[in-house]
Amino acid sequence: MLAFYRRLYPFRSIFGWLNHEHAPTKLFTHREFAFTLQGDIYLRYNSFNTAEDLKKQVCQLNPTRFEIGPIYSARPRDKKTVRPTAFTPLLRELVFDIDMTDYDTIRTCCSGADICARCWVFISAAVRVIDEGIREQFGYKHLLWVYSGRRGIHLWISDKEAMELTDEQRRALVGWMMVIQGGKEMHKKVNVRIGSRPLPPSLQMSLSNLVDVFGDLILEDQDCFRSREGWEALLHLIPDNNVVETLRKQWEKDPDRSSSDKWGDLKSQVSALVKGTPKRAALKAAMEDIILQYTYPRLDAEVSKHRNHLLKAPFCIHPKTGRVCVPVDPKNIDNFKPEHVPTVGQLLRELDEVTATVQAEGAEHHSDWEKTSLKPYIDMLDAHVMALMEETRRAKRKTDMSW
Amino acid sequence: MFSARERYSDVKESKGQVEQHSHLKYPHRLNFYDIPPVEDITIEEFETCAIDRLRVLAEIESSFARNRPYDELKTITLAQCQKHLPLHSSSAHTMDLDSERRRDHIGHFVLRLAFCRSEELRRRFVKAESALFRTRYDSDDHTERGEFLNSRDFGWIKVQDDERDLYREELAAAAPITKEANADGGNYYKVKWTRVPDLVEKRRVFLKGGYAYVPSREQFSIVFQEFQMTLNKALEMTAKALPRLDEDTRIVPILNNLSQGFLAGVSSEWSTASAAEGGGITADMVEDLARRHFPACMRNLQETLRRDRHLKHFGRWQYGLFLKVLGLPIEEAIAFWRKSFSNIQEDKFNKEYKYNIRHLYGLEGKRANYPAKSCTQILTADQPGSSDSHGCPYRHFSPDNLQTALLSMYSSQGLTAADLPEIMSTVKAGHYHVACTRVFEITHATRGVKKGEGVGDGESVTHPNQYAARSRELERGKATAVKVEADGDVVMG
Ligand code: SF4
Ligand SMILES: [Zn+2]
Repeated sequence: MLAFYRRLYPFRSIFGWLNHEHAPTKLFTHREFAFTLQGDIYLRYNSFNTAEDLKKQVCQLNPTRFEIGPIYSARPRDKKTVRPTAFTPLLRELVFDIDMTDYDTIRTCCSGADICARCWVFISAAVRVIDEGIREQFGYKHLLWVYSGRRGIHLWISDKEAMELTDEQRRALVGWMMVIQGGKEMHKKVNVRIGSRPLPPSLQMSLSNLVDVFGDLILEDQDCFRSREGWEALLHLIPDNNVVETLRKQWEKDPDRSSSDKWGDLKSQVSALVKGTPKRAALKAAMEDIILQYTYPRLDAEVSKHRNHLLKAPFCIHPKTGRVCVPVDPKNIDNFKPEHVPTVGQLLRELDEVTATVQAEGAEHHSDWEKTSLKPYIDMLDAHVMALMEETRRAKRKTDMSW
Repeated sequence: MFSARERYSDVKESKGQVEQHSHLKYPHRLNFYDIPPVEDITIEEFETCAIDRLRVLAEIESSFARNRPYDELKTITLAQCQKHLPLHSSSAHTMDLDSERRRDHIGHFVLRLAFCRSEELRRRFVKAESALFRTRYDSDDHTERGEFLNSRDFGWIKVQDDERDLYREELAAAAPITKEANADGGNYYKVKWTRVPDLVEKRRVFLKGGYAYVPSREQFSIVFQEFQMTLNKALEMTAKALPRLDEDTRIVPILNNLSQGFLAGVSSEWSTASAAEGGGITADMVEDLARRHFPACMRNLQETLRRDRHLKHFGRWQYGLFLKVLGLPIEEAIAFWRKSFSNIQEDKFNKEYKYNIRHLYGLEGKRANYPAKSCTQILTADQPGSSDSHGCPYRHFSPDNLQTALLSMYSSQGLTAADLPEIMSTVKAGHYHVACTRVFEITHATRGVKKGEGVGDGESVTHPNQYAARSRELERGKATAVKVEADGDVVMG
């Protein structure tokens, strides 16, 4: 682990990403870092002047992971010496957390901590919907998606306006994005309509993206309605007792019907109703809601609502899988394979091989990561940082001009 | 300013009745309070404008505490405004609009000074002021409101027709065109989404590239957010600037007083010319009156007095003044206390306590006309020690003792154990006088008092004498509202 921090972890890039420019600003110096050490020791309210300071401390503590918090009104490490009122969180990336466990009631391939290529499709659908929604509706541009190392994904948004959002505004944005609500006891988890009105435009847009996912993933691959439990869950979401009874009878007679067939059965029930009747409209709306309930991103809302929430830093190692929390390109999310993400062991082996050859040739080795399979991921972060810094420069020029 | 005013009156004369409201120094009824008052203000104006406004705000706070729906809050608030802080529309030519609006302006800024000093005060002030602004906005004349909105830059961009056509479908789906919206011309205003978080949270707008397209019927959301944000910022600025004000020794005690009253949730000092009502209370009547009409604080004192045949200093002071204002004349007071202190020798009573009682009535010592203590004073001043019985039971009793005491005091008047959870949760939230008001409502339900009516017009209990007088009034079948006078002190005739 220590070798990973010393030789591979991209402190410079992380610094640039948090700081938005080359010279350290409060964005970095007043930023909270929290370390988790072996034996679950948790150290909060650390802060650093430079990337080198951060690296020194990380190498000294050799934490199992570390987390990034908000920018406070004072240096977090001075917390004890400043008045409590003078120590408040001011800025923070807007963050989202999507975790596979929230899909346990739907996915049929795995459960709990497990994840396979098939259930990753849920995550990639979620990434596409959130990424597009945030850019289109909220106009943010600097989105960094980061694989959480096992079964989830994080999103960090670094636009200036997003950094400045108050908790109230974050709550509002989450309210806008959240569609799936209610716990185990709640069958119908999508309640976004006012009366019998059509879906709000943003969800209409998501829906059109998710119809295909529903067909491929829910009906075909996961075959969610094949088991009795699965089809009963579906019937719970249909607001018409006659239809429910008819379908139940039909499916009990022929329990092996595939999910696609069953969905088709529901469709034909609906088409049999007279066009333009409220009954038919209600069932159509219910079908849309079902598609959303099975495919719309499931967010951990609490993470996003508060500025002072801590989130694991990119490029940390997941303690169970040993995989690096690497950035993910949302445009290429469908090709992302969690099992191809390098593990710390693999990287250190690659490094040993490189060192051997390099020593033989007598060259320098200060950018060790360049020679490992971590390279494409660090390049991705660096490109992201470049865009962010360019934006900062532009904003600065603008204020300079306005003088 | 004075000369300008004279000029205006010239204009008025020459034009006769057709005075235009553009001649007003305050052209709009609504005010965003962007600019502080700059003229000289007398210390008296300073105080009275603030107190009047505080009464209204305190009533708003109790409405929050009682979870009143907005419509009810609006009715009560407007009624309170009518009483203490009238603000007429510009079409009301016969009113002295400028002076009403000036009082509104001054009161707001004085209270800013009083309430900028802690996070908690700022939060509550912004909340109450925003509610006040909202009720006024809602009750404002449509055209005049439009003029007000045009008078200030709210930073919205009116959506042009071509853009509206481009997003016609989305706009309609986010916020369907209603008859009302059509009447408004179906206009939309574009603002940064961060300015209308409430609409975003409920998906009541169309969002595109960080801008929210707000239909004109939701325009108030923008105004409301802006009001809160501007006020919040202004309060923080004022807090930073305030130390300089400490030099003015006349103002600081007033400010302290104001914010203290607000913290206790009570503002108005209650007074009544009870003696003029014929008083006519005798020593023998007190115990019976207590059972039928007194609030918990006074019930408790009466019961302690009967049990211990004694009351300690602060208790005597609190209860004695209350009885005085209730209409117990000095001779009867002496008789009452003599009878109650039955363990005390005649000699000692005459020497120590008689003087004391005469003092209460302003006949000894500095011969001041002491007012009875208001809820604020009882709630905040002279905290009772463990052997004292003064204070307010809602605040100073442990929850267990309070519940037992309430049941023993009021079950004969209809209070049941089922009422306690509601009362106790109000107490827990620190709204003691609201709890007291609720008990009043319950124990006067047989006299037709409904939940939410309080001691009349939805007013909360702010003074034990107000409580008792209203209770007696209801008994006499007099429906007239309790009289609240503008000046703070209770004056005996
Ligand atoms: S709220 Fe006022 S009237 Fe009621 S018990 Fe307390 S002090 Fe007395
Ligand atoms: Zn799986």
